[in-house]
Amino acid sequence: MGKAFQRPEALAENHTHYCPGCTHGIAHRLVAEVIDELGIRDRTVGIAPVGCAVMCYNYFTFDFQEAAHGRAPAMATGIKRVRPDLIVFTYQGDGDLASIGMSEIVHAANRGEKFTTIFINNAVYGMTGGQMAPTTLPDQRTTTSPFGRKVLDTGMPVKVAELLAALQTPAFITREALIKPKHINKAKKAIKRAFTYQMEDTCFSLVELVSTCPTNWGMTPLEALKWAEEKMLPYYELGELKSPEQAGR
Amino acid sequence: MAKVLMKGNEAIGEAAIRAGCLNYFAYPITPQSEVAEYLSRRLPEVGGTFLQGESEVAVSYMIFGAAATGERVFTTSSSPGISLMSEGISYITAAQCPAVFVNIMRGGPGLGGILPSQADYFQSVKGGGHGDYRLLVMAPASVQEAVEMMMEAFALAEKYTNPVMILGDGLIGQMMEPVEFPDELKAPPSNKDAWATNGMGTRNSKERNLVKTLYLVPEELNAHNLKLRDKYRQMERDEVRFEPYNLDCDYKVLIVSYGTMSRVCRTAIDNFSEKGIDVGMIRPQTLFPFPLEAVYQAAARQGCQAVLSVEMNMGQMLEDVERAVKGKRPVSWYGKCGGEVPTPEEVMEAVENLMQ
Repeated sequence: MGKAFQRPEALAENHTHYCPGCTHGIAHRLVAEVIDELGIRDRTVGIAPVGCAVMCYNYFTFDFQEAAHGRAPAMATGIKRVRPDLIVFTYQGDGDLASIGMSEIVHAANRGEKFTTIFINNAVYGMTGGQMAPTTLPDQRTTTSPFGRKVLDTGMPVKVAELLAALQTPAFITREALIKPKHINKAKKAIKRAFTYQMEDTCFSLVELVSTCPTNWGMTPLEALKWAEEKMLPYYELGELKSPEQAGR
Repeated sequence: MAKVLMKGNEAIGEAAIRAGCLNYFAYPITPQSEVAEYLSRRLPEVGGTFLQGESEVAVSYMIFGAAATGERVFTTSSSPGISLMSEGISYITAAQCPAVFVNIMRGGPGLGGILPSQADYFQSVKGGGHGDYRLLVMAPASVQEAVEMMMEAFALAEKYTNPVMILGDGLIGQMMEPVEFPDELKAPPSNKDAWATNGMGTRNSKERNLVKTLYLVPEELNAHNLKLRDKYRQMERDEVRFEPYNLDCDYKVLIVSYGTMSRVCRTAIDNFSEKGIDVGMIRPQTLFPFPLEAVYQAAARQGCQAVLSVEMNMGQMLEDVERAVKGKRPVSWYGKCGGEVPTPEEVMEAVENLMQ
């Protein structure tokens, strides 16, 4: 009998710098497993964001570029336009993608750029120390909303997947979660579909992943998972918002 | 190839194609939008990539992404657009990727105006973005020279794995002149497989490549900056270019001027010669590296009494001229910065004021 479970070839043999209970590690593993299963490691280029995942290239074993804050979709556009044969993905958090990089992601999606975006939404800026993000929930306390996010002052949280799904061009937009095993299994299927569409030359795809940040939320890992399920999922509803199959119906 | 009459902006676009660069990303801005218009027609004919980005910020990162795969790529813009691209330029220099940026300058600051200017000397030569970096900056004075510099820029960018900037004033982009294209760019093969994120399969390698700019360990960042500095020093040693004019006579005044402005100065010098008065000129063709030694030698020549930096700005290259002359002669400035190009008569008056 062969090995039933092992480290994917696309995942490096390094300890991550992420905090205990952080779901980045799960997201990395899912991406690596998909890249292995599709056999595309030798033609994949990943793009790291600014944020906790800025050094995510340390945990993968294929070509990587490190972007400036929010600009990963523009870099992916540059790569994919001059080298359409490469498989390109951006890995971005909510501060990076939904705040400073909102313009780049919207226009890349609307042009139908043929790359994939893995979007980690944990409702907070991670690396800079837990500041309010566009995705921070109403009344959620952060280091820049110490009395809770006041929506009269700062608006309601941005639903990135819905916002991008409102565009006509993108091919595949879905929101999944990294909370329970059933969520994680579904998330992997979505990531695999997104990369498969790209291999089929289908245009832009984004997988939003509802994630946790125990450190900046001030919770234990288990409390954070519970909070994500109870507080985030009612607002950030899971499920497919747009797919090529849907468009074809 | 025979000479053709072409507008500078279109010739710059064509020159890139002749240099083997078939990838162009840009955002429209006056007075250089003709480059994008020309290439939107021309690049599809040659199987190239044309994309109009959503902003100059995004364009600078499209350039970064493409350049990091080792493919030749360039963009064109004008002053306010280059301000927005300066963020990306800083990253590209830090990541050590080759790319060519063209700035067809208009007046500033702010929206300024849309007429010719040389007000982005500091921005281009001293670094418009953050951090310790340099661009190799070439300043053409004619459409023909713009074409030649444009083509060579790709080879220099690859040689130094650093962006090269072509700094032209609005006239270089807007005027029509006869131009003859070199047949092709002669450049040594790029070493891109050593660093480019072009896919491990592309380069038949088991080792992945990483293009990055983050160095959190102080010693590593310092070592990285020393490595960059060594490249800039090599540029200062090997890439200085300038054109002397009328330096083989006994001039009392030395002009330093570049781009379109230098052509006006040339006419002023010719007018002086007809009157039996000698004025010399050095025209820097590279602004970084600046021809420090040439300017010093020309200024220090016996008989030279004053040095005049003539520029379409409020005196920016002046600081490099002063740095070059090292106090050996008085250095002053003449110029305008509203979009009008000073006339030969105005330059002559400025020179005459120095001779009194």
